[in-house]
Amino acid sequence: MSLRIVVCVKYVPDATGDRHFADDLTLDREDVDGLLSELDEYAVEQALQIADAADDAEVTVLTVGPEDAKDALRKALSMGADRAVHVEDDDLHGSDVIGTSLVLAKAVEETGYDLVISGMASTDGTMGVVPALLAERLGVPQVTLLSQVSVEGGVVRGRRDGDSASEELEASLPAVVSVTDQSGEARYPSFKGIMAAKKKPVKSLDLDDLGIDADEVGLAGSWTAVDSAAERPARTAGTIVKDEGEGGKQLAGFLAGQKFI
Amino acid sequence: MAEVLVYVDHVDGAVRKPTLELLTLARRIGEPVAVALGNGAADTAAALAEHGAVRVLTADAPEFADYLVVPKVDALQAAYDAVSPAAVLLPSSAEAKEIAARLAVRIGSGIITDAVDLEAGDQGPVATQSAFAASFTTKSRVSKGVPVITVKPNSAAVEAAPAAGAVEALTVSFSEQATGTKVLSRTPRESTGRPELTEAAIVVSGGRGVNGAENFAVIEALADSLGAAVGASRAAVDAGWYPHTNQVGQTGKSVSPQLYIASGISGAIQHRAGMQTSKTIVAVNKDSEAPIFDLVDYGVVGDLFDVVPQLTEEINTRKG
Repeated sequence: MSLRIVVCVKYVPDATGDRHFADDLTLDREDVDGLLSELDEYAVEQALQIADAADDAEVTVLTVGPEDAKDALRKALSMGADRAVHVEDDDLHGSDVIGTSLVLAKAVEETGYDLVISGMASTDGTMGVVPALLAERLGVPQVTLLSQVSVEGGVVRGRRDGDSASEELEASLPAVVSVTDQSGEARYPSFKGIMAAKKKPVKSLDLDDLGIDADEVGLAGSWTAVDSAAERPARTAGTIVKDEGEGGKQLAGFLAGQKFI
Repeated sequence: MAEVLVYVDHVDGAVRKPTLELLTLARRIGEPVAVALGNGAADTAAALAEHGAVRVLTADAPEFADYLVVPKVDALQAAYDAVSPAAVLLPSSAEAKEIAARLAVRIGSGIITDAVDLEAGDQGPVATQSAFAASFTTKSRVSKGVPVITVKPNSAAVEAAPAAGAVEALTVSFSEQATGTKVLSRTPRESTGRPELTEAAIVVSGGRGVNGAENFAVIEALADSLGAAVGASRAAVDAGWYPHTNQVGQTGKSVSPQLYIASGISGAIQHRAGMQTSKTIVAVNKDSEAPIFDLVDYGVVGDLFDVVPQLTEEINTRKG
């Protein structure tokens, strides 16, 4: 029986661009380029490796986002995913993590899955809670923050490197997995992959298709509210000295003046 | 006064510092009721009472150690049902954030993660957060349900505020999902004797310029002279010179110490995301054009292998 893998990815603003907030205190997507979240590339990579190791597997890449989010799907398809699902609806604008996880869970169920994989966090919001929320909503085990992952005989195993300990984990499928940037270098799309991606199916879904009311998502349906966003004041220019043999001592003088020594 | 649930991060009964900071913040909103789970849970009571916990709810069962995350969610939910709190606060560790998220969706509440400050507001607690690699500061609140908020280490000073800290056993019935993910083995991280990276008051980091695993001894020596934690940039970690657990940046840990010393680190946006909120920033780098110098309070343009050992020696001499 075919192993159905769904990779949840996010289209995020380029961190090297000038990211800021729009008037409604959501992310301003106009002035900055978007791309597939780097941390999700690791999830695509592990999905492809798990699929390669299985007798028969299909990798579907899923995103919730605006029209441009198709770019993130194309990138994942060009890496080797088989097909894509794009949940796109104007009413989704400004959804918080609770709303987004609801949409993802419904879309994953609609797609059909044995294994859901995502990155450890998005590179914009960096909350890192979507995988846990998905597992909660889907009612399946969470096997998260893995630096190593494998699937065999309907069982997922992996290593979770935490602050105080390293844990070996195991769960039966279906399950939700998230992987860290230690899970293995993500492949670059080949020219052949990029050409093939253009012919791969991208299915579009909206809130009606998923049976979700508009008031459950979007800015108005959010369970959190951002009241203000202020740009952090630029740091006042610091003292810069050139080392001419005494740089370490000068620095010690500064640290002593600040009472660190 | 309303009660506020505080999830306790502890290792075999030893309460970690971010939880004590959390108790300080919780007192701005109400009366802290601490929830300690797992091996040594009851041993946390003295430290929690000293820092303001009016009650300490404890539970231990093999499930907490043998299965991932969900047993703790079940227990925190039991505490939530028993207390009817005004807010639920947790430290921003990877595990506690996952616990927070699952609890939030279960109790129909919004969630805020990685707050760097917290205050009482007319419409409930107001959380300050850093956004976009700490280039923005936002104020947010939970608008539905009982606020579930996770707070980053070093967001408040630990203050003693003795309270009753009465220990009460918490009754937990585990959900069907609780045993879904088995922990087959657990290998504790070997202690370096240095402070935990995210909790340290001073962090000394090395990057590409350190140029080799063995050269990190120079960084470690400086760290030890200051009683600091050691950090590393992604370039240094990817090169295999230092463990990933010490990585500072967007894909590693985010730190906010009183003093951050960057050596041989250029200051790419990914690194800045993890350290930009440090109170005082110092850098040593050969390249005077390195972007890290835009952030510093004090910078030395020079070879770190000249500057850092001289600094270490000078500190050790002054400590005398």
